[in-house]
Amino acid sequence: MDAVLDNLDVFAEGFTRTVTLTLLAAVGALLLGTLIAAMRVSPVPPLRWAGTAYVQLVRNTPLTVVFFLVVFGLPEVDVILSFFQFAVLALSLYTAAFVAEAVRSGILSVPSGQAEASRAVGMTFGQTLRLVVLPQAFANIVPPLASVFIALLKNTSIAGAFFIFEGTQSMARLINANGDQAIAILAAAALAYLGLSLISSALFGLLERRVTVSR
Amino acid sequence: MVLEGVNKHFGTLHVLKDVDLSVARGEVVVVIGPSGSGKSTLCRTINRLETIDAGSISVDGKPLPAEGKDLAALRAKVGMVFQSFNLFAHKTVLENVTLGPVKVKGVKKADADKRGRELLDRVGIASQADKYPAQLSGGQQQRVAIARSLAMDPMVMLFDEPTSALDPEMINEVLDVMTALAKEGMTMVVVTHEMGFARRAADRVVFMDDGRIVEQATPEQFFSHPESDRAKDFLSKILTH
Ligand SMILES: Nc1ncnc2c1ncn2[C@@H]1O[C@H](COP(=O)(O)OP(=O)(O)OP(=O)(O)O)[C@@H](O)[C@H]1O
Ligand SMILES: [Mg+2]
Repeated sequence: MDAVLDNLDVFAEGFTRTVTLTLLAAVGALLLGTLIAAMRVSPVPPLRWAGTAYVQLVRNTPLTVVFFLVVFGLPEVDVILSFFQFAVLALSLYTAAFVAEAVRSGILSVPSGQAEASRAVGMTFGQTLRLVVLPQAFANIVPPLASVFIALLKNTSIAGAFFIFEGTQSMARLINANGDQAIAILAAAALAYLGLSLISSALFGLLERRVTVSR
Repeated sequence: MVLEGVNKHFGTLHVLKDVDLSVARGEVVVVIGPSGSGKSTLCRTINRLETIDAGSISVDGKPLPAEGKDLAALRAKVGMVFQSFNLFAHKTVLENVTLGPVKVKGVKKADADKRGRELLDRVGIASQADKYPAQLSGGQQQRVAIARSLAMDPMVMLFDEPTSALDPEMINEVLDVMTALAKEGMTMVVVTHEMGFARRAADRVVFMDDGRIVEQATPEQFFSHPESDRAKDFLSKILTH
């Protein structure tokens, strides 16, 4: 127990980085994922194919492999970033595939006749998506998105293996130094993840209530 | 509006076969025919919700543009009213009517609102302007859909079975609005089985069967002396109901 209480600052440093990684990757994944979902429902076949290929490819690749490709592959083509930036990129690219699926299923939940009516009054594909479809899809996107982002929170631990000192790494460092109290340290780390997951669930719960009320 | 040699397939299914049709300004054409004969598809090709495989379609002397800004502009000129209303569920009745003018034509919000209320008044639902579509009856929703189309000042309006999803007591309120439009000189293509409307408002009846236009005549001629056997057969079926 002492090892945990005496090293709260180490935990704090690690889990703060877990949170920053999660938030930055969430923003990246949301932008990219929405774009890919839009591609998948667009009237242009090559865009649809590209979107589908991206989702299938990335969803079926282990996150660790995505990390390897980003961290060791990008420098090969002269893209040199910090390890932290690489980690945000890898997590965003990976999570975007899942965001895209959540957004797409939300889009499909909006009756297609409304999109047709929107095109029939002369709105472009982009306007139709932005003004008619997405506002109604939102209520159906939020619940699956909550699971996607909780998975992302836990997935940030992979970044630990790529030189990022995040929550899991802070735990590992403390266990190395205090082997006799490994159980207490593990439990503390598990609790920290649990706490963060609960907080994000609660935030999404609030959001969900707001979007369903405003309908 | 002129269609020449229009052909359309869905996979191996040949849905429109060498369709030639021209509609003059101010003319009201009623399209009738059995289920699956291609009436909806015909309407949808005219504002390019469906592409065609062969032939040409032109509106106001200009051929239909490909995807993009030009196409959006064309669609604004060709109004469409659907069987299932397709109102925007998250917008109020007034917003349904003003969204197109504001976003597509760049009309100022205040002007669009004023015009929108006038149009709602014209279709008899001014008092419902601030409700949501789900709070309206089917007949009222369809009248909103008509107002939404009118708000774009279309040159032609296409109606695809506008009353067939309605309860009988609501059919007339929609047909009355359409009849008034026809009288005011709107160019209209109407897919409907409402004989009363066809007799009252149509200049011409077009009978379709199996993807072809089989017969065209004035309503009087068509209903009392259909020429083709298929039209006779079809009329005998719907008139016995
Ligand atoms: N998107 C589509 N994909 C494949 N086949 C289609 C599609 N839309 C229509 N069809 C087929 O094309 C044929 C013509 O359909 P269409 O909807 O134009 O007929 P309709 O005359 O409007 O019939 P109804 O009176 O039932 O509305 C039908 O056999 C229909 O099954
Ligand atoms: Mg039809």
